[in-house]
Amino acid sequence: YCCFRKTCLFTYKNNNAILSNSDIISTVEFNHTGELLATGDKGGRVVIFQQEIENKNQPQFRSEYNVYSTFQSHEPEFDYLKSLEIEEKINKIRWLPQKNAAQFLLSTNDKTIKLWKISERDKRPEGYNLKEEDGRYKDPNTITGLRVPVLIPMDLMVEASPRRVFANAHTYHINSISVNSDDETYLSADDLRINLWNLEITDRSFNIVDIKPANMEELTEVITAAEFHPLQCNTFVYSSSKGTIRLCDMRASALCDKHSKLFEEPEDPSNRSFFSEIISSISDVKFSHNGRYMMTRDYLSVKIWDLNMENRPVETYQVHEYLRSKLCSLYENDCIFDKFECCWNGDDSVVMTGSYNNFFRMFDRGQRRDMTLEASRENSKPMQVLKPRKVCAGGKRKKDEISVDSLDFNKKILHTAWHPQDNIIAVATTNNLYIFQDKVN
Amino acid sequence: MINTMECAVDAQSLISISLMKIHNSRTQRGGIKLHKNLLVSYVLRNARQVYIKEKYAEIYRMQQYEEVMTVCNEIQELNPLDLDAEDADDEEQARATCCSEEASLCSSACHRGTAQSATHARTASPLFGCSSPEDGSREPDPYYYRSCCMEASPVSHCEQLPASNTTHCNKTTVLDLDTHVVTTVENGYLHQDCCCDALQSPAKKRKVEFDCCISDAEELSDFTAARKRAKREECSYSSLDYTDTSNISNLISIFGSGFSGLLSRQADLEQICSKQVLASLGAWTRAIVAF
Repeated sequence: YCCFRKTCLFTYKNNNAILSNSDIISTVEFNHTGELLATGDKGGRVVIFQQEIENKNQPQFRSEYNVYSTFQSHEPEFDYLKSLEIEEKINKIRWLPQKNAAQFLLSTNDKTIKLWKISERDKRPEGYNLKEEDGRYKDPNTITGLRVPVLIPMDLMVEASPRRVFANAHTYHINSISVNSDDETYLSADDLRINLWNLEITDRSFNIVDIKPANMEELTEVITAAEFHPLQCNTFVYSSSKGTIRLCDMRASALCDKHSKLFEEPEDPSNRSFFSEIISSISDVKFSHNGRYMMTRDYLSVKIWDLNMENRPVETYQVHEYLRSKLCSLYENDCIFDKFECCWNGDDSVVMTGSYNNFFRMFDRGQRRDMTLEASRENSKPMQVLKPRKVCAGGKRKKDEISVDSLDFNKKILHTAWHPQDNIIAVATTNNLYIFQDKVN
Repeated sequence: MINTMECAVDAQSLISISLMKIHNSRTQRGGIKLHKNLLVSYVLRNARQVYIKEKYAEIYRMQQYEEVMTVCNEIQELNPLDLDAEDADDEEQARATCCSEEASLCSSACHRGTAQSATHARTASPLFGCSSPEDGSREPDPYYYRSCCMEASPVSHCEQLPASNTTHCNKTTVLDLDTHVVTTVENGYLHQDCCCDALQSPAKKRKVEFDCCISDAEELSDFTAARKRAKREECSYSSLDYTDTSNISNLISIFGSGFSGLLSRQADLEQICSKQVLASLGAWTRAIVAF
């Protein structure tokens, strides 16, 4: 997998000159076949890319992604009762498995989840009896015959229409949505509660987890991410700001406050600092495709857990350990609160996550190798193989190494996604979407 | 590009930074982020613990000096015997070397009326216990103050003490004049004891303005309750007369802090406070009687 080349680069810009806040990419997600790639941004837009394969039969095919559909999913809202503005930023997008010609996805902001239908139209009817081509009604006296309108081909049009709006179920900010393998339900999680929805029903949801204490002064942790098991429709996990993961079985009880399993690694007391609580907060949790493992991301590391072992992860990978001595500065400039996501490749052999300076990291679990790559315009021409990067943590800096002090902490990669089958990855920098492909041998 | 020069990882600046973050989060778009504020409150708690520990250590050292000065003066008044000139010099030297920090801090921390006797009691007792038990050859002279309780050495040996004076005083030796029992008390207790008592002096009723936008009505009532508890915490900061700490206390009063991690320590301190105060009060009384 070692030879990733850049195949596509999309830049999000409303105004050509100025980068605005609304152009910042906030989520990236492949659909179940990998043919479609959806992104959400802070401006509430969803942009969907479609894969176009040149000559798939050729041994070294190159796939390109082109814009397929763009629509405004969420708008800024104002809660008059609480005098609060609700951001339109898309927090998460999750695709539904395809059942018919149309595609469906769920997109959510802080408060409201929407189900969107994306469908293609490549034919239109022609030959109405009562209407002209431009839509004006004919004078009835001029109608002499009767004919059946025919469908004629037209330029492909992709339409997105909101089919369901799931609103008013979350008091706190929604951080996760996850579609169940039963294809009927999905969960949504905010800081303190997790709700279970039926995809068809919008006026009610079941609350399945509630960790709000009776007295808010006793609050010690919040929910940071939640996901359904990919194969077992009764199982889901949620991670907390304290670095724990709870696995719940919905068959056990209606309210899953009591967990079935608790995954927690004891803290290393020698690493204790002012910021220990912050850096142990889990920012993302993802099941492996085979459902046997799950991966968590905290500020400095990625951990792989075996679902059968609760007391410690089976693998731990350091993403950017050299930042441990910089935590105070990172706290001051708020970078310590960045929520990095992580993802598995198709066969669960490699995991990927982002870092700063537009670096992203890959960890090969089988070969115990790790790699640092950079997503940047300057450093890679199209189809040029990405060169591995190295950060010099201290001591003498070798040639081509980058020192910690010259890292740009404004260039962060929070969102990455891996094609479900092929070695194609999507990497989002602030307002750029990069797509890299590993040459298929 | 951030300034990667390591910022001063000192507790006080972290507290200021954290409070500013909480304050700014009120006006951020999208409402208060519960997760981020919870994490900031943990930093605040951690910094506060370190800050209090450091402050108590400082205050304790200051009080040593202050009390030594005060009692010394009182001894001179009470004692009909005049000190020899050279002894006076020794005393001066001892005073100067005993504690290198300004007395202002100490006085500001301990000037509350209700606490006065207690603090005097606590620090006075060590003075009389300064003779080390082993050192039987020296006559324990109660009306000569012992410049330093740490090493339990008499005045004449004070020159050796400066180095140890400035180090953190870990133990206090107390001689009970009634029973002639020498006991050693950990610093931790006594710090909290002294300062806590000062803190307990009437909490000012501050009007806490809490008009921030909270993300829901539930949180509003929760925070209101938290705000009232947070007022008690204000005292811990306001009693220390630094400009920075008064800024901190102002910030706290503006929006309070509602998480129990911040509150539990205060409760602990108060409990320890009352017991120790009573104990040392008794010692002081006995010491006075001895004269």
